[in-house]
Amino acid sequence: MKSENRTHPVIHLFFILASLVCIIPFWLILMISFSSQNSLTKNGYSFWPAEFDFAAYRYLIHDAEPILRAFGVSILVTAIGTVVSLFLTSALAFSLSRKEFPLRRFMNFYVLLTMLFGGGLLPWYLVYTKVLHFQNSLLALIVPGLLGGFNVFVMRTYFTTSIPPSLMDSAQIDGASEYRTYFSIILPLSLPVLATIGLFSIVGYWNDWFTSLVFINNDKLYNLQYFLYNTLMNAQYLQSIADKAHIDAASSPLQPLEELRMAMAIIAVAPIALVFPFLQKYFVKGLTIGAVKG
Amino acid sequence: MKESRLRRLWKYRALLLLALPGFLLLLVNNYFPMFGIFLAFKDFNYAKGIFGSEWNGFDNFKFLFATNDIWLIVAHTILYNLVFLVVNTTLAVLLALLMNEVKNRLFAKFYQSALILPNFISMVVVAYLVFGFLNPDLGFINKSILEPLGYPTISWYMSPKYWPYILAFVNIWKSVGFGSVIYLATIIGIDKEYYEAAMLDGAGKWKQMTRITLPFLVPVIVILTLLSIGHIFNADFGLFYQVTLNAGMLKSTTEVIDTYVYNALLVSGDSNLASSAGLLQSVVGFVLVVTVNAVVKKISSDKALF
Repeated sequence: MKSENRTHPVIHLFFILASLVCIIPFWLILMISFSSQNSLTKNGYSFWPAEFDFAAYRYLIHDAEPILRAFGVSILVTAIGTVVSLFLTSALAFSLSRKEFPLRRFMNFYVLLTMLFGGGLLPWYLVYTKVLHFQNSLLALIVPGLLGGFNVFVMRTYFTTSIPPSLMDSAQIDGASEYRTYFSIILPLSLPVLATIGLFSIVGYWNDWFTSLVFINNDKLYNLQYFLYNTLMNAQYLQSIADKAHIDAASSPLQPLEELRMAMAIIAVAPIALVFPFLQKYFVKGLTIGAVKG
Repeated sequence: MKESRLRRLWKYRALLLLALPGFLLLLVNNYFPMFGIFLAFKDFNYAKGIFGSEWNGFDNFKFLFATNDIWLIVAHTILYNLVFLVVNTTLAVLLALLMNEVKNRLFAKFYQSALILPNFISMVVVAYLVFGFLNPDLGFINKSILEPLGYPTISWYMSPKYWPYILAFVNIWKSVGFGSVIYLATIIGIDKEYYEAAMLDGAGKWKQMTRITLPFLVPVIVILTLLSIGHIFNADFGLFYQVTLNAGMLKSTTEVIDTYVYNALLVSGDSNLASSAGLLQSVVGFVLVVTVNAVVKKISSDKALF
């Protein structure tokens, strides 16, 4: 019985190794961003640079505007997208959760079908560019991610199973309107599911690069991920800031292109890495809510 | 009758109004594009638009299947997904079983955080991480492993044969930890009395795991597997596009339907090819999901998706 409370050391060893595998790539990128140009050309990327150097970050601060703008676009899109998405999803889910709602069956099927069948990339692209003319606007980054059928169903399930029907009944007997029921009873009692779906939405918007890739070709509207993708694919931006910094500062004759690249990746990961420990428990809870009715 | 129905609608106009924005959004984002499936049967011309373009019957499909590539691409899509499915499920279950054995909450929390972290990172950043290891000139593997050991270095982004393994590894790295959470939740939900009874009967750890825990997990494994099979025709575009840096040299082992459609559409501008391949994907996906759902319903009616 006593051995029950002890974890076998082999299990610890296994998890320590697995955790390292998950974390080490981030460490590598971090160390590259701190390496000096010299040690990179000599030793390549390594886990502990022979010489530390913060030139990459100095260069980035020197020409911070494009990356700050991309940051701003990502933050704006994430904030607006998440708030609007939560409203749309919960309002639709609230209607679907009400047995009295006359179009309930139709709407359930209507939402479900979107999860089963799609028109494909080309027609979708044409709707956004030819019909809505959203290309090169922030709407193209926000609208596609607003509403997912799966999230609607998760919320609907939460509303029907976790909110006592008697509470709604008594509110309605007391004369509360549907809006009032929704805003003053349903939403405040649904914080766990709102937090979960909200966090899924935040991560979805923050990590999105696809809508930017497809709809945006104005470099003032690039979001952070797309900006990063561009920098990895072609070093033009890097070259341009390195050139500029070199002329102005005349510091090192070598241009820290590789470190710059990786420093940018670090800047993009940092916000997620910082909030991650706080988000984790919500996500675990959210996954289990979703798993109840996959 | 009609009168009362309308009156009922009017009575619940508030609910109607709350559902309206979502209704409209799905109409625009999901239903309008569905009409675009006609495009697969048209010779699409951007200037003439969807309705103005000429019909050309099944010519797009004939052309699609005339290219030898399509079979290879379909095979890639299915094979990658099958491998991901089998390896991911096995590892996720294994992780959940082992995680359940970690009694110290602090350690368990740390391990779980580390294993889930990759799931929160965008594919763009994943591409950077992979590039850190595989950069042909400076990458860790070439510069710190192969070179010091005296092996010739490898031009990773020009060597297609390694990529099935690399992509499988990246996929596992990114998704296994998150996947194991569902299994762990199931394990935690198992009534402790089963284990107590088993221990009284003298069952050891191994017996408890194989006779109690696994049987409880089987239904969840079956459902999740069936659901994934429904999406076997859809590849993870980010993985195949970003992590390979969309390198042309790698396509012989990394091209999947999603990257093919994307490249046909936005790179070579061949919308006929893109729309016929896209329709194929939508239809096969739909048939698979519906079939799988019917199978799930047969096995356990309350687990079905619809």
